[in-house]
Amino acid sequence: MSTATDTTTSGHTYTPKDGVLLEVDDLFVEFHTRDGVATAINGVSFELRQGESLAILGESGSGKSVTAQAIMGILDMPPAVIPQGHIRYCGEDLLTMPEEQRRKTRGPEISMIFQDALSSLNPVFPVGWQIAEMFRVHRGMNKSDALEQAVRLMERVQIPAARDRVKAYPHQFSGGMRQRIMIAMAIALDPAVLIADEPTTALDVTVQAQIMALLEELQEERQMGLILITHDLGVVADVADRIAVMYSGRLVEKAEVLDLYASPGHPYTRGLLESIPRLDQKGQTLAAIGGLPPNLMNIPPGCPFNPRCRMAQDICRTDRPALREVAPGRLSACHFAEEVIDA
Amino acid sequence: MGTYIVRRILQMIPVILGATFLIFAMVFALPGDPVAGKCGERPCSAAYRAAFIEKYNLDDPLPIQYGKYVVNLAKGDLGTTASDTPVADQLKLRVPVTGKLALMAVAFEALVGILAGVLTGIRKGGFLDNLVLVSTLVLISIPIFVIGNVAQLYLGVKFGLFPVTVTSSNPTFYELLLPALVLGSLSVAYVARLMRTNLVENLRSDYVRTAISKGLTKRRAYGLHALRNSLIPVVTFIGFDFGALLGGAVVTEGIFNIPGVGGYIFRAIRVRDGASVVGSVTFLVIVYLVVNLLVDLLYGLLDPRISHD
Repeated sequence: MSTATDTTTSGHTYTPKDGVLLEVDDLFVEFHTRDGVATAINGVSFELRQGESLAILGESGSGKSVTAQAIMGILDMPPAVIPQGHIRYCGEDLLTMPEEQRRKTRGPEISMIFQDALSSLNPVFPVGWQIAEMFRVHRGMNKSDALEQAVRLMERVQIPAARDRVKAYPHQFSGGMRQRIMIAMAIALDPAVLIADEPTTALDVTVQAQIMALLEELQEERQMGLILITHDLGVVADVADRIAVMYSGRLVEKAEVLDLYASPGHPYTRGLLESIPRLDQKGQTLAAIGGLPPNLMNIPPGCPFNPRCRMAQDICRTDRPALREVAPGRLSACHFAEEVIDA
Repeated sequence: MGTYIVRRILQMIPVILGATFLIFAMVFALPGDPVAGKCGERPCSAAYRAAFIEKYNLDDPLPIQYGKYVVNLAKGDLGTTASDTPVADQLKLRVPVTGKLALMAVAFEALVGILAGVLTGIRKGGFLDNLVLVSTLVLISIPIFVIGNVAQLYLGVKFGLFPVTVTSSNPTFYELLLPALVLGSLSVAYVARLMRTNLVENLRSDYVRTAISKGLTKRRAYGLHALRNSLIPVVTFIGFDFGALLGGAVVTEGIFNIPGVGGYIFRAIRVRDGASVVGSVTFLVIVYLVVNLLVDLLYGLLDPRISHD
């Protein structure tokens, strides 16, 4: 299944079943702190198929990064606890897998890039060394061969004069170049799943577009499953196939990207779309969603979005809406989803 | 790099001048007759007194005295003691002893301090962590003359595990062992705590999270990625501490009768041998400055973000 590009080094230990790479099934993540238990992820389910791009959208504290870290297995446990749920990679539950076996999936099978490339790269090792480490640890490659692979990867992510810069340190690169190095490191072993956690948030707008284009290109070239975590709707539209919207630890909407932009199926999604600044509405007040997301230690009864929702009725304050199919291929957790779509 | 070193060496000149002037002025300001007690139990003869005053330019005002001293210093002359031996010769005998003691103390603080810091840093909040935190707090709180005398009394006199004092002018490793442990005891506590704090902080850092998500073992992520970064300030601290210890440990050398630089300065102050005090302190200032420069250069090697260009 792995495509034969010049930077590909070997195939995978696991084979997806019916094209499904990753299956997150009724996942819960809690943080046990001195002040109480915060439920960061509250029964989230989704799947990722080969070659598919899934965007997880939500504001800060909605649980999108925690979801990514749970998949990657890099949550600090404790304080984090996963009381129930499954994360299956090619049918194998990562959560019950022995740690040593799971460690070996990080890098060759599932890989991740982070928001801030400067702090995510080790400041005291050259970038080439840090990329080469993937080959040395996972493939047992010798130093010079691994470094040669690092140069090729740096060339692949379009770092100018890669061969000369392989021994440079992270602080000697610009923000965009550093994120390219993170990407080179993440794709080094040709993973089946790439998780990008707000990969462009720390970058200039023009650089953002370049990084997204690179990710899209690599994803198509390698047929990776891409999970793109972002709060930026503008970033999503070009790259993602499907969008999952999270709010206070729950999925509130799942849809094909075009459907969602055309007619959002949840008042929260609609609020997000309306809050995008538009050139044709210059001078007008920007629509914002009033209020704040709920405290995760004390989520209100009923729909968690009801205190901020313009459409909230009595039922929203008492009954928690389930995520249900409201149109073909569309899921929404709103009692009035059909009306929202038609509006 | 080259220009950086030259600049640093040039910067040393005012520091040396300032430090030597201060010590020179303090010795000058010492109350009492500088010639008193130089001739045993009877007053010195007028001829001796005249020669003494002539030799140290004691009739000149302070700035002139200091100026003459600096001119000699620039020629590499640290002065002569009251008993007419060059200060430099005295130092030549004593610096190797102090150097040996300082090396042993630094080896102790580096080995034990880093080990304790790593073990407590990776198991924050455990039994060992609390044990080390409490015991380092105790070490930091007790003055060194108490630690030194108690160690000498119990480990030396009562249990006979170590020699009580140093008897030769060229002490052995075994004779210096207890003094080195006493001397390094304060710094070992600082090193352990510095190491622990840095490691705890670095274990939470983004690049360690990256290392784990690269599929590295915990051993490699912590032992290589986090440790390498955590060692930078610790190595720097140990380097500066070595510079300070080379200056001689007046109290420790006094307690254990070690014929080192510290003991020499201590005796010189007691007998009002101003030339020995000023000469050896000048030497120590230079040593300290050079060690500082070396540590700064080492810092640049350890941390690529620091550039000396």
